[in-house]
Amino acid sequence: MTELLNMLIASVIPLLFILVYAIVILWTEIKVASHVQDRLGYMYTGGFHGWAQPIADLLKLLSKEHITPANSDKILFILAPVIVFAASYAAYAALPFTSTFIAANLNVGVFYIIAITSFVVIGILMAGWSSNNKYSLLGAMRSVAQIVSYEIPTALSILTVVIVAGTLNLQEVCEAQKGGLFNWNIFKYPPFMFIAFLIYFVASLAEVNRTPFDIPEAESELVAGYHTEYTGMKFAMFYLAEYANMFLVSGIAAILFFGGWNSPFGEFMSGPAWGVFWFVSKGLLFVFLQIMLRWTLPRLRVDQLMYVSWKVLTPISFANIMIVGLWAILK
Amino acid sequence: MATFEITTRSIKGDLKTDTMILNMGPQHPSTHGVLRLELVVDGEIIVDVIPHLGYLHRCFEKHAEQMTNYQQVIPYVDRMDYVAAMGNELAYVLAVEKLMGIEVPERVQYIRVIMAELQRIASHLLAIGTYGLDLGAFTPFLWCFREREKILDMFEITCGARLLYNYIWIGGLSHDLPSDFGKKLKDFLKTFPKALKEINDLLTYNKIFIDRTANIGVLPADVAINYGCSGPMLRGSGVKFDLRKNEPYLVYDRFEFDIPVGEGKMGTVGDCWDRYYVRVREMEESLKIIEQAWEQLPAGDVHAAIPKKARPPQGEVYFRTENPRGELGFYIISDGHSSSPFRVKARAPSFVNLSVLPEISKGYMIADLVAILGSVDIVLGEVDR
Repeated sequence: MTELLNMLIASVIPLLFILVYAIVILWTEIKVASHVQDRLGYMYTGGFHGWAQPIADLLKLLSKEHITPANSDKILFILAPVIVFAASYAAYAALPFTSTFIAANLNVGVFYIIAITSFVVIGILMAGWSSNNKYSLLGAMRSVAQIVSYEIPTALSILTVVIVAGTLNLQEVCEAQKGGLFNWNIFKYPPFMFIAFLIYFVASLAEVNRTPFDIPEAESELVAGYHTEYTGMKFAMFYLAEYANMFLVSGIAAILFFGGWNSPFGEFMSGPAWGVFWFVSKGLLFVFLQIMLRWTLPRLRVDQLMYVSWKVLTPISFANIMIVGLWAILK
Repeated sequence: MATFEITTRSIKGDLKTDTMILNMGPQHPSTHGVLRLELVVDGEIIVDVIPHLGYLHRCFEKHAEQMTNYQQVIPYVDRMDYVAAMGNELAYVLAVEKLMGIEVPERVQYIRVIMAELQRIASHLLAIGTYGLDLGAFTPFLWCFREREKILDMFEITCGARLLYNYIWIGGLSHDLPSDFGKKLKDFLKTFPKALKEINDLLTYNKIFIDRTANIGVLPADVAINYGCSGPMLRGSGVKFDLRKNEPYLVYDRFEFDIPVGEGKMGTVGDCWDRYYVRVREMEESLKIIEQAWEQLPAGDVHAAIPKKARPPQGEVYFRTENPRGELGFYIISDGHSSSPFRVKARAPSFVNLSVLPEISKGYMIADLVAILGSVDIVLGEVDR
């Protein structure tokens, strides 16, 4: 019985986190975008700077009609957003929020996350295919090509960290970086771990379909890409999954390179409660960076995107992993 | 409900693949209005583009014949190229004035130059802003709009309207410049170069932007001339032809300014980046013209030469001006006794420039088509009239 209760708590906490985080980040994204563009953004709903607008948006999406296109593949059409969200939600299980809380302390945490996030691709392809819309299909095909190609540099740069940490368990990766700022992985083997981080960050932008790699949903070409035909909560699921993925990749960056839940000041401000604070704020910092990038850069073209992945990031990350590996053996 | 219409056509190559027809528009975010493009695509490669026009056709030419006098045509002219309405009015009014042989006071001519150049800046700001939008950069669009807003404010205090002005009248102007116009104009002249530099830093010299536009949609000079392209389309291909210099009207021959042409700085001469950059540099040149015109602005009465009734003698006239989008010409026939035109024909630059689209977009990808169409900078109100 207690085991069941534990499982329930362990699975509900990440879900609650995603929901609260999504509402906060929706508001942040609009506000950041507005200020980048020299305007105000939300100002009225709820009073202070329109803080209640995301909640109002969510209620609007909840009350919207569910439209299923007549010629669509209905089962796949309904299943697709669920799979996309479930895949990113499932990955949260292996994220160590603090030294005492991790929903599933897996020995192969890194491997699990790489594997489970690949399910997103299947969901997107299902959405694009089942919509029976040319724009959706083109968007889905682009998306699959993009995510599959960028998984390689992502995985390779994650492997660099695995070499350094000597474990696939994310909790242990965090433990190994204890003791202040300069014990973080990003500062080890300079500058190769930093290069690994850069590759990871760029590739993860593509993994979550954010600008400059938002080609699957390029609104000026493909209307809305794979979710063109979706309305109401089904659409909201894709949206939620996108934001959940944004924090997921940022959280992984924080764990692998920036000490996860470790305090940058060694023993000062450390402990389980501070751990949550450090982990979430490090993650949100990278989410903020993603938002800033989105509102600054134009979009790459499909073939340029492939070029960046296969001819730039993959060779560099291969070289990088070799150098770090050699250095680790020689040390 | 999209069903897949697969044609039997295939493109040359080792692998025989079927092409797909993709409808882009009339409701599509980057067709800049209600243009419908029928794309024959092989995967994402464009085999053919067939533009379908006419969704915004409003029978402008027939309307013009039905008006009770020449003055009433001006509001209809405004609605052709609605982001550069001043330029349209100017072309029409100059054509009628030429037919009637009216000499307008110097002050009117200078104010017309200032307005036309301000309008050119506003129009080019919209063009480069939406071009950024087409390529996925949202912020430059709003920065451009912020600057455009200042110009529209100036127009508003002058004539009360922000988009469709009916400001330039036959023989004069509807209002003289208000007293605070000078202050606003000077503010704008001071702040705009900075804003333009910001936009350049953010978009023009952005690596991704250059990658998306350089060597894309290359329009060679001879093709541009054969298709009758004009404006930034023609100058982007390296042809130095600008009616303000080549066939000066108003008082344009009194100002110092350059004609920017495409130089292939980032790729080939006549690519999308060149066309875009010609627009950016034209804004700087327009700024020079406005500065000089404001310094030389003489005093006078803007209503002095307005005829009581515009009734041109029998005859015909063709007059062309350099609009932001290219050469806008009006061909007007007067029968001599009626107070409304017998025939008005407009040569719309957007329409002519659009005709070259299938020629320059074959073999590129769908994403490139968006870039190419954006660099042509069409306004559907003018294409369909």
